[in-house]
Amino acid sequence: MYLYILKRVLSTIPVVVIVVLFVFLMLRLAPGDPAAVIAGDYATAEDVERIREQLGLNDAIPVQMYRWIAQLGSGDLGTAIFSKLPVTTLIGQRLEPTLLLSLTTIVFTVLIAVPLGTLAAYKAGSWIDRFVMLFSVAGFSVPVFVLGYILIYVLAMQLQILPVQGYKSPFEHGFWVFLRHMVLPTMTLSVIYIALIARMTRASVQEILQEDYVRTARAKGQSEFKILMRHALRNAAVPIVTVIGLGIALMIGGVVVTESVYNIPGLGRLVLDAVLARDYPVIQGLILFFSFVYILINLLIDLSYTFFDPRIRY
Amino acid sequence: MTDHAQDAIMADAVLSEHEDPSLLAGMLNNRAIFWGGGLLILFALIAAIGPFLTLDPTELNPIKRLKSPSAEAWFGSDFLGRDIFSRVIYGARVSLVVGIAVALISVGIGLILGLVAGYVRVLDAVIMRTMDGLMSIPAILLAIALISLSGATLGTVILAIVIPEVPRVVRLVRAVVLTVREEPYVEAAIAAGTRLPLILKRHILPNTIAPLIVQATYVCASAMLTESILGFLGAGIPPEIPSWGNIMSEGRTYFQISPWIIFFPGIGLALTVLAVNIVGDGLRDTLDPRIARKI
Repeated sequence: MYLYILKRVLSTIPVVVIVVLFVFLMLRLAPGDPAAVIAGDYATAEDVERIREQLGLNDAIPVQMYRWIAQLGSGDLGTAIFSKLPVTTLIGQRLEPTLLLSLTTIVFTVLIAVPLGTLAAYKAGSWIDRFVMLFSVAGFSVPVFVLGYILIYVLAMQLQILPVQGYKSPFEHGFWVFLRHMVLPTMTLSVIYIALIARMTRASVQEILQEDYVRTARAKGQSEFKILMRHALRNAAVPIVTVIGLGIALMIGGVVVTESVYNIPGLGRLVLDAVLARDYPVIQGLILFFSFVYILINLLIDLSYTFFDPRIRY
Repeated sequence: MTDHAQDAIMADAVLSEHEDPSLLAGMLNNRAIFWGGGLLILFALIAAIGPFLTLDPTELNPIKRLKSPSAEAWFGSDFLGRDIFSRVIYGARVSLVVGIAVALISVGIGLILGLVAGYVRVLDAVIMRTMDGLMSIPAILLAIALISLSGATLGTVILAIVIPEVPRVVRLVRAVVLTVREEPYVEAAIAAGTRLPLILKRHILPNTIAPLIVQATYVCASAMLTESILGFLGAGIPPEIPSWGNIMSEGRTYFQISPWIIFFPGIGLALTVLAVNIVGDGLRDTLDPRIARKI
């Protein structure tokens, strides 16, 4: 058991190394002169030189590499070109909205997708099954921001039951004001995630319902609800939770778009602001941050399998 | 619809040259492929011919700014008075070119890397760990970073979308290779002294074709979405090219007064991606039901 945990933790090291190496090489191997691209069309030669110096591109590659690893090792994700603030500080300032939006999205997604998928599997071939499949194909086809604008148009502009945009911190404005502002972004960001997880839940539960122990449970007169909850869903938990973890990559991409549609001052907006300001160190720092978060979450999910499925003993 | 059906037959015939006729019949009987394929061919025709029949999508007309949809301008006009209908038609071209290019390139690269990983034990770990690393970088952020380093052109945008798509293809091909190389007929071929290139050509590659075609459709759909998101965020194809993402990006400021600027290209994009996804699902079900369940 402890050996497994140790092995699994160690197995993330090569992945982290690859991410760090890849992000390092991206700046160095980019075609053309990245310093000139970052400086923009109207930059003077001195501007380009200054940015090249700031990015540390003037030193030998091994020196750059050593500095890069030493810097990351001390928890430093780099410094913004324009504000001169450390990227970790910028992330700290913008973390709250993104974290809360991600949480509401995951909660909403699981609450909707898991029952929907289970029901679709249980009533295979019925209208609800068709609806879930249709929804999941459509959910993968509508771009996040188009969906966001449709929701704004219908619910905020026409029916006027929800605010159009903006973010209200629950710590300053109270929980209900916060929640009202979160409804539309959460729905927007959830759709593709619900599509993914409902589909996966349907597939896993359908497979488990064919098992002998489900037939046995039925034969002994167990109620259908208990069969679904105790036998089917519990055994389908591992693949479902895995997909929830893998889907986080999808959600991170969606966060950037959703925050921009709803004007939420989170990490996604930070990415966009950095793109518009051509502040490459910020983009780079955020890539590392999001990748590390993704790797960490999936590590924790893998380790949680023993909890969901007691048969798994390492 | 008969013309589209004919075209669908042609398209499917090209895809499955080496397959037996019953498979072709099966594909045509598949409603998903029939309707999805028909819709897709319709969009492809619009993208190919449409721009010759409409107004110039970049022509400015300051008097007709932000006009609502009417008989004269079907989809209305944008903040510079450009005709949205012409722009949306032209945008179909950009979307399909990006989608198809990304699908072909990433399947090509993924096929080679996957074959190497599946066949060369020494390189397997290196390639697969690299792919794991790449997969843990969120695709859109990776594309944004690549574009902000190399400048936004159609080529760099395509490349920036290809890189995050490659790992999925590599994993798929490797999985197929690892399964197939244990099959008795491959072992028999090895025992009979067949050389590696011939084993690859005769036994391994044919087995990768079906799942790769299915994967290519999903890559194509996801590439079109990513391209539009990049355009929408202002990090994609240069703004002077009327791609769907760019049109919608320009429509953001005027959304409260002219929501159609976002809705028309949005509908076009959603329908195109939907058509590709439906074809993909249909192909997955007809080509190989076993693989469909495994992947």
